[in-house]
Amino acid sequence: MEEVKTNIEFPRELLDEVQRVVGMFPEGKQKSALLRVLHIAQAHWGHLSPDIMDYVARLLHIQPIEVYEVATFYSMYDTAQVGKVKLEVCRTGPCMIEGAEKIIAYIESKLGIKEGETTSDGIFTLKAVECLGACGYAPMLQAGEKFHEHLTEEKVDELIEQYRQNPVANYMGLQK
Amino acid sequence: MTRKLLLEHDHIEGIRTYDVYRKNGGYRSVEKALKSMSPDDIVEEVKKSGLRGRGGAGFPTGMKWSFLAKPDGVPRHLLCNADESEPGTFKDRYLMEKIPHLLIEGMIVSSFALGANQSYIYIRGEYMYVLQILEKAIQEAYANGWLGKNILGSGYDLDLAVAPGAGAYICGEETALIESLEGKRGNPRMKPPFPAVKGLWQRPTVVNNVETIAAVVPIVNDGGDEYAKIGIGRSTGTKLISASGNINKPGVYEIELGVSVEEFIYSDTYCGGIKNGKKLKACVPGGSSVPILPHYLVCKTAAGEDRLMTYESLADGGFESGSMLGSGGFIVYDEDQCIVRNTWNFARFYHHESCGQCSPCREGTGWMKKVLYNIESGKGKSEDIDLLWDIQRKIEGNTICPLGDAAAWPVAAAIRHFREEFEWHVKEPVLSQTENYGLVSEKSFVTETV
Ligand SMILES: Cc1cc2nc3c(=O)[nH]c(=O)nc-3n(C[C@H](O)[C@H](O)[C@H](O)COP(=O)(O)O)c2cc1C
Ligand code: SF4
Ligand code: FES
Repeated sequence: MEEVKTNIEFPRELLDEVQRVVGMFPEGKQKSALLRVLHIAQAHWGHLSPDIMDYVARLLHIQPIEVYEVATFYSMYDTAQVGKVKLEVCRTGPCMIEGAEKIIAYIESKLGIKEGETTSDGIFTLKAVECLGACGYAPMLQAGEKFHEHLTEEKVDELIEQYRQNPVANYMGLQK
Repeated sequence: MTRKLLLEHDHIEGIRTYDVYRKNGGYRSVEKALKSMSPDDIVEEVKKSGLRGRGGAGFPTGMKWSFLAKPDGVPRHLLCNADESEPGTFKDRYLMEKIPHLLIEGMIVSSFALGANQSYIYIRGEYMYVLQILEKAIQEAYANGWLGKNILGSGYDLDLAVAPGAGAYICGEETALIESLEGKRGNPRMKPPFPAVKGLWQRPTVVNNVETIAAVVPIVNDGGDEYAKIGIGRSTGTKLISASGNINKPGVYEIELGVSVEEFIYSDTYCGGIKNGKKLKACVPGGSSVPILPHYLVCKTAAGEDRLMTYESLADGGFESGSMLGSGGFIVYDEDQCIVRNTWNFARFYHHESCGQCSPCREGTGWMKKVLYNIESGKGKSEDIDLLWDIQRKIEGNTICPLGDAAAWPVAAAIRHFREEFEWHVKEPVLSQTENYGLVSEKSFVTETV
């Protein structure tokens, strides 16, 4: 592996995980691991800054532009700072007819932020997202890896309380 | 009683684990295939079964498999499409989360049939917890000798891994999926060449939906002829339907193809009728991309025949009066729902998800979204309805991938069947902000006589 010149570096166990993921693809096709490695990096550092993307490029022996292209194409990647817990409420058809808009408005007033914003304590970011494959259990939101379905205002209250006390969202089995 | 081939064991405690899955007959198809069948025998059984792709297009699976190029010395790949992002569709998640080993078993027999030694499951990034369930099951399969080198002493090697997406509906399109799996943006490729000739890393590749691959397990176990006994005509076997919207019992159902739509919506075995005793207003039977049907065309065709849950019957009448089975994302709307709002919502979805490579799709979806929003929010003009019709026509058929069509069809169908509701929005800009139009009146269709 090339020498890494910045202080951005995965800890040993994450380097092992990167090795495992790269090993899923044939020799020379390590670029295929990029999406997964970006998920790991985002789980570890919270968002994908240019420095982090450059580090990932070095790890996978690809050009930085190849990483930027991907990081900006996919909606799950954040290239700017977000809250510790992203509340991603589905707003698509089936969820909309079951009251997704009301849930979004309720969270907005409860947290005092608008959709797309982060609370001043840095804990919550509220996002409206497209269908997450839970349409029969609408309305729903995703926080970290977890799906929260059949939402009501009471459920939202509980969730927010729970995440406020323990602002942990899992990705790739890693703790933020 | 409906026969279940995929979800027969979904209620069994611990079926997610290898031991329980194996005790309930799991991995029998791998034993049978590797010990007593050739790859071509399996392709033959799949052809006989009449199985059609469950990802949306309904292309015959056996035929697709037989198109796979087999140049000497070039590896081939099987990719499982677990991107599942079509609004209304949540069946693959259910299957993978409940019975992950069924998909893995299907991947092994299917990979063997195609001569693939390295296969991947591409799963949408939002299903990260399901990815972990699958990885655990794959580890168990390796540990028990179903994956790896020389499986069951047959000389056949297979490696299987799961790779995540990161939030992009377009990556469900097979060439975008391949690009994404190569670590790139999900921009669909021009066809030809087709993936069967040049797919992943320019090698011959088959892409199949989760449910399609799972269905290969009962086909190998019981034979293609047995599978083909279920269903009607060219719609054979069972299908997972994910039902959502204003019904009493939303969820995932395995149906025998051929059940009537009326039974599916109203019987307690399935959706249990419309919620709160309301009337049915409309139905999108196969995911957000397929044409919406107004109440009077849901349970009956324009010719007055019972509408059935089959590829043919749901499409009866073409786009004039029919729809499509699609992915099986069955969305039901009651009389209180606004068609204009829903059409705007879907148009926004497609605009958000367009990869931006072709201008008709990139610009057209944006225009449709804006015009629909204007009509919905009381700022519409009557010319806007014709404008919408014009935009959708200019998208359809003029793009690299079918996302353009998928964005155009719902708008076209909404105008075709619900024009009076659109006109009412324009005429009653204030009232339409608080009231709903209710049911549209029935139109008569000229049916061709043979
Ligand atoms: C925009 C778009 C999105 C799609 N999304 C999916 C998807 O999420 N899952 C899927 O199986 N097929 C999806 N498809 C269809 C695939 O391109 C492909 O036809 C399918 O995976 C083939 O599998 P099958 O023959 O087993 O159905 C999509 C197609 C388009 C155009
Ligand atoms: S039709 Fe839309 S999604 Fe498909 S390639 Fe063109 S711009 Fe991209
Ligand atoms: S529409 Fe919200 S999960 Fe599908």
